Amino acid sequence: MHAETTKEQKTAALAAFKDLAREPGVPKPDPILVVDNVVRRFGGLTAVEVEHVEVQRGSITALIGPNGAGKTTFFNQLTGFDTADSGQWTFNGRNMNGVPAHKVARSGMVRTFQLTKALSKLTVLENMRLGAQAQKGETFWRALVPSLWRGQEDEITERAEELLTRFKLDAKRDDFAGSLSGGQRKLLEMARALMVRPELVMLDEPMAGVNPALTQSLLGHVKDLREQGMTVLFVEHDMDMVRDISDWVIVMAQGNVIAEGPPDTIMSDSRVIDAYLGAHHDAPLSEDELEQQLHEAEEELVAENEEEAKK
Amino acid sequence: MDWTTIISTTVKAAIGVETVWYALAAIGINIHFGYTGLLNFGQSAFLAVAGYGLAVTVTVIGLPFWIGIVVGLAAAVLLALLLGIPTLRLRADYLAIVTIAAAEIVRLIFRSVAFKDVFGGSDGRRGFSDGFYALNPYPDGTYGFGWFTFNERVLWVLTIGWILVGLSCAVVYLLMKSPWGRVLKAIREDEDAVRSLGKNVFSYKMQSLILGGVIGSLGGFIYGLAYASVQPDIFGTETTFFAYTIVILGGAARVFGPVVGSMIFWVLLVLVNGVLSGAVQSGFITFMDITQVGPFRFLLVGLGLILLLVYRPQGIFGDKREIAIDAR
Repeated sequence: MHAETTKEQKTAALAAFKDLAREPGVPKPDPILVVDNVVRRFGGLTAVEVEHVEVQRGSITALIGPNGAGKTTFFNQLTGFDTADSGQWTFNGRNMNGVPAHKVARSGMVRTFQLTKALSKLTVLENMRLGAQAQKGETFWRALVPSLWRGQEDEITERAEELLTRFKLDAKRDDFAGSLSGGQRKLLEMARALMVRPELVMLDEPMAGVNPALTQSLLGHVKDLREQGMTVLFVEHDMDMVRDISDWVIVMAQGNVIAEGPPDTIMSDSRVIDAYLGAHHDAPLSEDELEQQLHEAEEELVAENEEEAKK
Repeated sequence: MDWTTIISTTVKAAIGVETVWYALAAIGINIHFGYTGLLNFGQSAFLAVAGYGLAVTVTVIGLPFWIGIVVGLAAAVLLALLLGIPTLRLRADYLAIVTIAAAEIVRLIFRSVAFKDVFGGSDGRRGFSDGFYALNPYPDGTYGFGWFTFNERVLWVLTIGWILVGLSCAVVYLLMKSPWGRVLKAIREDEDAVRSLGKNVFSYKMQSLILGGVIGSLGGFIYGLAYASVQPDIFGTETTFFAYTIVILGGAARVFGPVVGSMIFWVLLVLVNGVLSGAVQSGFITFMDITQVGPFRFLLVGLGLILLLVYRPQGIFGDKREIAIDAR
């Protein structure tokens, strides 16, 4: 039964993508997230300028692109962690621009981070419990009367333990999150995001710094999300992983969405090759071009630095 | 050397007025710094506005004692809002800068010549504590046994003071066991992660700032009532730094850390002072005179704290595993 639903979800997703054009911004049959004209500038540098992009409900969509393409910045705009200079986007038909990060999460759009944010001095179980929404004990006055929130806390704990078992972290439940390995932290962060009961899970480089043994189990968990009816949008560099699990790929370069398509053909798209390897990667460079490339590389570095500084 | 006096003052210091009001200030700092990770360097201002709120309401405006207490508490809440609104959205260090500056502004306003008819300048205010002592249930006399005695006024202040300390600890214990406290501790670890899980970080930081400020302000009341006066220079920055020392000594993010820290801090100060003064007076120590003992005891206490941080960085109640995580 397990495998069947996987297949069903995957077939449904693939069917939805079957006849789509391979153009950037192509409309999807049932988009959960629709983005229009999102622009983010850092001084003179335009880090993100996305005209139009849609994410299909119930699919696993990969967002790829060379370093400095603006993928993480784009994520930050959508999730309210940064303020876009202009543009708008809707999630489930609700306008989300200018909505603060915590409200974005409450509406069902939950993200993880490239550099994992495990809450080190909280135990693994406390990390998980924190993810639950609408907790009665999280308001000041009710917190003072344990009988008001005990019952809900028990339910939350039960759900947290189920998730921990699924992610094979149940043996670590009472350890400090800070004592976990890098890969285990990634698992914990993903499990914690699921405590929010999201509709759209946005994973920023879920495989970065994870050893190959854990990679397989992480991949399984990402596929699992789709099986449970969630939509996944993830940033990733590892093309093998992208090919393995995604139904659709969106390619960004220099802040723009330059191509979209199914994973098996996207890497042969000339625009994608150009973006990764340079437009004339097989022709010798002229002096001007070299200069320009150096310049661009420099700008990318500046953008990245600024992003870092903002954090 | 008069050992009886030295020992009796030292033992009394363990539960004395100083210990009480510093414990309250430190419980507030523990909520800010220990649990939420807020660097509030202006705790003395919370004590000051509460003490002066009470003093001015009673002496200048002539309203009853209880209204003075309400005004003092309201002033502490207002101060927390004023400090928090512009700074809590920014990175943690900005709060530190703003609070230390604000605390100095508050102190300088209270001692300014321009407002002398309201706040009394550098002499401060006195004569507002009658309402408090009118409630004293203890008849006149001394209480205790042997040299361990207090008069009825001190006993009344200590009774109320320790009740407040106990209540504050109970509130901190209940809150930090609850999901509300879990959000605070998570904010201390990583704000962005908490935001990504749908919690309004700004609101929680504000609640923490108000709660810690109000508990700290109780220390301002106790000081004012115990000495029947408030002076601006009592609420200088060193008050805040003593409170931080106490929190770290006792162990940050531990319910009883600030209370035990405050007891040890004052016992040490009083003991060192007594022993040194005695030694100077009876000629055992010749390289300094009696006026130098005061500053010198702080030097010794500072040395002791450095040694504590080196050999037991988690404080008395702290958990060594937590410090080990930081070192990663």
